[in-house]
Amino acid sequence: MKKKLYDIAHSRAGDKGNTLTLSLIPYKEEYYPLLLSQVTAGAVKKHLSKVVAGEVSRYELPNLPALLFVCQQALSGGVTTSLTMDTHGKTLSYALLEMEIEV
Amino acid sequence: MKTTIRIGCGAGFSGDRLDPAVILAEKGELDYLVLECLAERTIALAQKRKMQDPTKGYDPLLERRMEALLPVLKKNKVRLISNMGAANPVAAAEVVCQLAKKLHLNVTVAAVTGDNVFTQLTGVEVALETGQPIRASGQLLSANAYMGTDAILPALATGADIIITGRVADPSLVVSPLVHEFGWSLENFEQVGQATVIGHLMECAGQLCGGYFADPGKKDVPDMANLGHPFVDVSSDGNAVFGKVAGTGGIINLATVKEQLLYEVMDPSQYFTPDVVADFTQVRLQEIGPDQVLATGGRGQIRPDTLKVSVGYQAGYIGEGEISYAGTNALARAQLAGETIRKRLEGQLQDLRVDYIGCTSAHRTAFGHYLEPYEIRLRVAGKAATAAQAALVGEEVEALYTNGPAGGGGARKYLHEVVGIVSVLMPREKVVPAVTLFRS
Repeated sequence: MKKKLYDIAHSRAGDKGNTLTLSLIPYKEEYYPLLLSQVTAGAVKKHLSKVVAGEVSRYELPNLPALLFVCQQALSGGVTTSLTMDTHGKTLSYALLEMEIEV
Repeated sequence: MKTTIRIGCGAGFSGDRLDPAVILAEKGELDYLVLECLAERTIALAQKRKMQDPTKGYDPLLERRMEALLPVLKKNKVRLISNMGAANPVAAAEVVCQLAKKLHLNVTVAAVTGDNVFTQLTGVEVALETGQPIRASGQLLSANAYMGTDAILPALATGADIIITGRVADPSLVVSPLVHEFGWSLENFEQVGQATVIGHLMECAGQLCGGYFADPGKKDVPDMANLGHPFVDVSSDGNAVFGKVAGTGGIINLATVKEQLLYEVMDPSQYFTPDVVADFTQVRLQEIGPDQVLATGGRGQIRPDTLKVSVGYQAGYIGEGEISYAGTNALARAQLAGETIRKRLEGQLQDLRVDYIGCTSAHRTAFGHYLEPYEIRLRVAGKAATAAQAALVGEEVEALYTNGPAGGGGARKYLHEVVGIVSVLMPREKVVPAVTLFRS
């Protein structure tokens, strides 16, 4: 069954210059392996193709557990010089949570 | 020597609410209160204010925050550490002394300076973001190095009640009182790594207590209008328990702490600050009571040889215009308006963007959940080298009143000067911190 990440995880976006960071934290630890296997850097890059121009890196934090995605060239220039509405990219955590995975 | 130190964080950005810090100082039984009020671009804007008036350039809310806080801090013997000095810590310290005099309070204020390294720049330094010399970005306005705990410690050693800095790394505001009180070695990078985890968790204030977290029905946060800001009890071995003042709104649990731990982090195994290269990957979090989370396991390695320097430059002007369309066929009318503006401004601006607010303006797409809303706000933004050129955007949107599609209303226009930010690295020995004391 397909489910939105929204249903099983939460996220917060952060910004550093033109780089977007997205945490992905499962509500239940048992979902972590699902996220690990399906929410790969490549899958996120594909899902956010309209947002992220550069590379996507994924970091694993099994202790929490959580994943962290670092997306290069994703903020149309960054906080002060971007022409976008959301110059920090703060709303983009919910763009990640729109992604669907097989549960 | 105390075995546990309690530090509160009463502001997570320059425009943060005023009352949570007062509540922390009044009821939090704090040893220290930290106010983190500097963002990447804030200091460049502050430098511009200082250029216009040499007595300004500190945080615009300094007077209001300190007027509310000074009597409470003094009464409860809470020391304050803040980067509200922004571009002018010395002027900020003088202002705080004047305020204290007015309130008949004896306080000592320490201004920590040395972060301003503008005169050391040559312009050929390579920007980390662009790979180009910084002078290629535009006219340089400011350069501030991120100083660390070693810059704040001498101010704490003076015994000053209030310590006001310019640009320092956010976690260092919390690391410094821990190192000062417990006599930790700055060379003990494992310990400084855990202290940096604590500082990173605290630095956004309300965010640790459920601020920027709530999603009704999914992630509920009680009494958000009365959101409390956090304090942390740190023991001399570095274990940290986060909490908030009883009766304040918000929530501290594993989920809020995890979101904050990973917030604005690039590589969690290598979080660079002036104090340490911290490692967040072994952090363990445990809920030990209502609104109480224990954090252990932060680690770190030797601090970097270079400091990050934020360089502000003149990046031209942004002009914006907005107008609303509503009712049947609203989106098509808004799109016609947008296309009209594009044709009118073609080739006259460095960059132009058209957004349909309510449709695709925030995420640049709607991930297939596209529904035509009842109303749409057209928003056009353009960038130009001069104010007059950028202003064309707002003028053109406004001109839709009589020249555009049917039923456009509520036009607004905005124009602002843009300060861009790039970063360079500087050998740390070139950055020399200093402390100046003022007494009311």
